[in-house]
Amino acid sequence: MRAFSAILAKDLRVELRTLQSVPGMVLFAVTTFVLFRFGLDRTSLEGDLAAGVLLATVLFAAILAVNRLFVAERDQGGLDAIRLAPVDATSLLAAKATALVVYLLVLEAVTLPVFAVFFLDSWAALPPLMLVLVLADVGLAATGALISSLATGSRARDLLVPLVLLPLLVPLMIAAAGAAEPLLAAGGPEYGRVASWLAVLGLYDVVFLLVGYGVFDFVLED
Amino acid sequence: MDVPAVRLVGLWREFADRVVLQDVSVALPPGESLVVLGPNGAGKTTLLRILATLLRPSGGEASVLGCRLPREAWRARGRIGYVAHEPLLYRDLTVAENLRFHARLHGLQPAEAAEARIAELLERVGMAPRAGELARNLSAGMAQRVAVCRAVLHEPELLLLDEPHAHLDPEAGGLVEPLIAPGVARSRVTVTHDFRAGLAGGGRVLALGHGGSVAYEGPAEGLSTADAEAIYRETPR
Repeated sequence: MRAFSAILAKDLRVELRTLQSVPGMVLFAVTTFVLFRFGLDRTSLEGDLAAGVLLATVLFAAILAVNRLFVAERDQGGLDAIRLAPVDATSLLAAKATALVVYLLVLEAVTLPVFAVFFLDSWAALPPLMLVLVLADVGLAATGALISSLATGSRARDLLVPLVLLPLLVPLMIAAAGAAEPLLAAGGPEYGRVASWLAVLGLYDVVFLLVGYGVFDFVLED
Repeated sequence: MDVPAVRLVGLWREFADRVVLQDVSVALPPGESLVVLGPNGAGKTTLLRILATLLRPSGGEASVLGCRLPREAWRARGRIGYVAHEPLLYRDLTVAENLRFHARLHGLQPAEAAEARIAELLERVGMAPRAGELARNLSAGMAQRVAVCRAVLHEPELLLLDEPHAHLDPEAGGLVEPLIAPGVARSRVTVTHDFRAGLAGGGRVLALGHGGSVAYEGPAEGLSTADAEAIYRETPR
């Protein structure tokens, strides 16, 4: 637990100091919403289209942070330093995934109101939508941190992360879109089918957290 | 009988189809010093990374502080201090923040004791006035001084030093030397290209030739400067 908190605090401190990831993610998301606004030529979106625009934007913004997640550890020797310490290696993965969740929550706190202003007639869907996004964030972070650790040693990292990560995230996106679509329905949120999709999201999160826990030691080996 | 600080028997390491270390055997009693010599590409850094538990041997036996590698690497971690080519410092953290981070990783408790230890080490290497400086702003020599502090912060039983005096001026070298000296409770493995100083320091010597084979293993007194020079002059295979 001490390694987890030390690594997480270090990552958040560095992000606050350098603003390397979150501002870029926010700018990317807002710009994408502007493009969708004019590209679709619509002042209002609902249902599956609204869910698709929101989740695809969050997903691609997240890729920016995933690409950078392990860069300092590789380039500045952090991986070696952490492996020399008497700590469980999975605390590194857990700290990185948690940092990514924090980045995503900040991203969504800023961009969800922008999304609502651009595309929604009512803000009633936002509170339940946040729950969907939090569950999606956990899955995205668990998978993203693992793939980032695998790809970070490669010179083709920027290409490798989306190529490997996006297919793995398809089930997550299907479940998140399935849960978000009725919440963004025309005429206000509908809750009938949401619970089952949330369960699928939760299951995805658990599976990929366990996969990360199981394989991360081998990822760190030479 | 004392458990050797380092014990290698027929150690072998390959990267893909390239052999980097072959049939390396050495035993280092606790509290003693081993100097590793050899020309560029002889496998000195690879050897140190294996001892640091950061690389797995491809063959042979390796044990550090009585722990078989790689199976018992987890038992050795936290008891080893490693000064690498790179200082292993985060560039966007200050000097003090970097050392606090490593103190937390190594479980230095309580926090006040860790702070006191950090302050003492920075004072001893002349870096106390730069404690609040971002690591990215340090010169290579200053970063090396902080790297030595990081390596000895948790008072390791075995120090692995890859060119510990790199980038250091004579005065700075004199400041860090007492921190990395071998002692009763500490063994030391040092990689150096300065074979004259290495041989003059006494202790044991492991000289690696091109291809990672052992050219000499034994007490420093048994290897003359001329023989050491010849090892460096050997044609790469």
